[in-house]
Amino acid sequence: MTGALDAVIQGVLLGGLYALFAAGLSLIFGVMRLVNLAHGDLIVLAAFVILVVAEKLGLDPFAAVLVAAPILFAIGFVLQHVLLNRTLGRDLLPPLLVTFGLSIIIQNGLLQLFSADSERLRSGAIETASIALGGGIAIGVVPLLTLLSAVAVIVILNLIFYRTPLGRAFRATSDDPEVAQLMGIDHNRIFATAMGLAFVVIAIAALYLGLRANFDPTIGPARLLYAFEAVIIGGLGSFWGTLAGGIVLGLAQTIGARIDPEWQILSGHLAFLAVLAIRPRGLFPRALD
Amino acid sequence: MALLETCNLQAFYGDFQALYGIDTRLEAGETIAIIGANGAGKSTFLKAVAGLVRRPAASVLFDRQPIGALSAADVVKLGIALVPEGRRLFPSLSVEENLLIGGHGRKLGGPWTLDRVYSLFPILKERRSQAAPTLSGGQQQMAAIGRALMSNPRVLLCDEISLGLAPIIIADIYATLPRIKAEGTSVVLVEQDIAQAIKVSDRVYCFQEGRLSLVGRPRELTREQIHDAYFGS
Repeated sequence: MTGALDAVIQGVLLGGLYALFAAGLSLIFGVMRLVNLAHGDLIVLAAFVILVVAEKLGLDPFAAVLVAAPILFAIGFVLQHVLLNRTLGRDLLPPLLVTFGLSIIIQNGLLQLFSADSERLRSGAIETASIALGGGIAIGVVPLLTLLSAVAVIVILNLIFYRTPLGRAFRATSDDPEVAQLMGIDHNRIFATAMGLAFVVIAIAALYLGLRANFDPTIGPARLLYAFEAVIIGGLGSFWGTLAGGIVLGLAQTIGARIDPEWQILSGHLAFLAVLAIRPRGLFPRALD
Repeated sequence: MALLETCNLQAFYGDFQALYGIDTRLEAGETIAIIGANGAGKSTFLKAVAGLVRRPAASVLFDRQPIGALSAADVVKLGIALVPEGRRLFPSLSVEENLLIGGHGRKLGGPWTLDRVYSLFPILKERRSQAAPTLSGGQQQMAAIGRALMSNPRVLLCDEISLGLAPIIIADIYATLPRIKAEGTSVVLVEQDIAQAIKVSDRVYCFQEGRLSLVGRPRELTREQIHDAYFGS
């Protein structure tokens, strides 16, 4: 019984990480209808940026992410403004091809710069700290912070989207970019701002990716897959759905791993397939489109 | 002095030329009507003025300044707002959010606020928190007009605001035009409903296959002239 409860708790906590991977993807798709195949690699890129900032400035990763986030916002803004905006249109293929190319460029660029060695963000004792819940169950501080950060990111994104003029402009531009221009909205700038915001979310995801496990330039595509699965399980267009999707995926993987360690990844994919079969639009689809 | 002027305005969709040298003039305080059959280029004309369709830089003058090189987002900030054909409210925004976003890029001070729009269209206040697609056609049209007014335009471009609406609703909407004009807004109407358009406008322009086929004051035009200009003689 304790084992089952532990699996559920650890699964929910792992889900927080997947929700963080997915939140940026969900935001980008929600505003630009852009399927970003480089999302996983961008998380890895952000982890390296945090690593470099932490090492060069001698900062703890939690402080380094505060320095890295504005840098990443700027990178995202420029990337969208000069490159990705040109790929958007009726045809869905150009953004897929361009972000796929970007994924390859990032992986190889990182290999050149940092070699294939595994890296890790180091933050001292907090990495291994845990809180005992009694009954032989303990939760790691970093996994707990991951989940809390995921919830915070989702709450803040919802506030931005539904309570601010910027969010209103995001939703309007997503609905109808042409009419949005008639409102005085420069849609290229709005898309670039959305990508900048997504890069800040990516920075937060990268922090926990790097604190919880080793990373190297090639692990991006697998993170992309988890992010995709979480977004689709949750239902497109809903941030809370994305959090739920991450948790479903985390639970499935953790429970699968308890049954047989080899089943961890497979169970996640099976849960994804099951949701697709039963609720093709995800658990919490947006009412329209 | 003309507030808005088009001089030899041409517009293209790819290789297809939709407008051939259109000259029009809108004085401050006026209402002009653009009429013509389907495909005559009426909507293209409004889109070209609003900046949604490419046009030569000097072919659209606002306050004597050429604005043909500006983007749609910049044109609205100067004070020209378009109520697009088919209302095109933002479906994922509430009625009130649709109105608020109309003032998104607003640089100009002016008479139109949320409260003023609600007093012009009281039903919108009742429906303020509903999603835009849940409104009836007439209410959606009111919201689309209100949304355009929120930018405090000096020129309001209205594309087929009577399309698909019951006559009584059309009358209601047209009844608000004098109040809009009283706030210093000049109006360009594109209409299929010729009778309605002629009733409220100071001048009528008739388009035929992308060319201007008739210009005149409504009282001076005969039925036959309009018929010929509309359908071709």
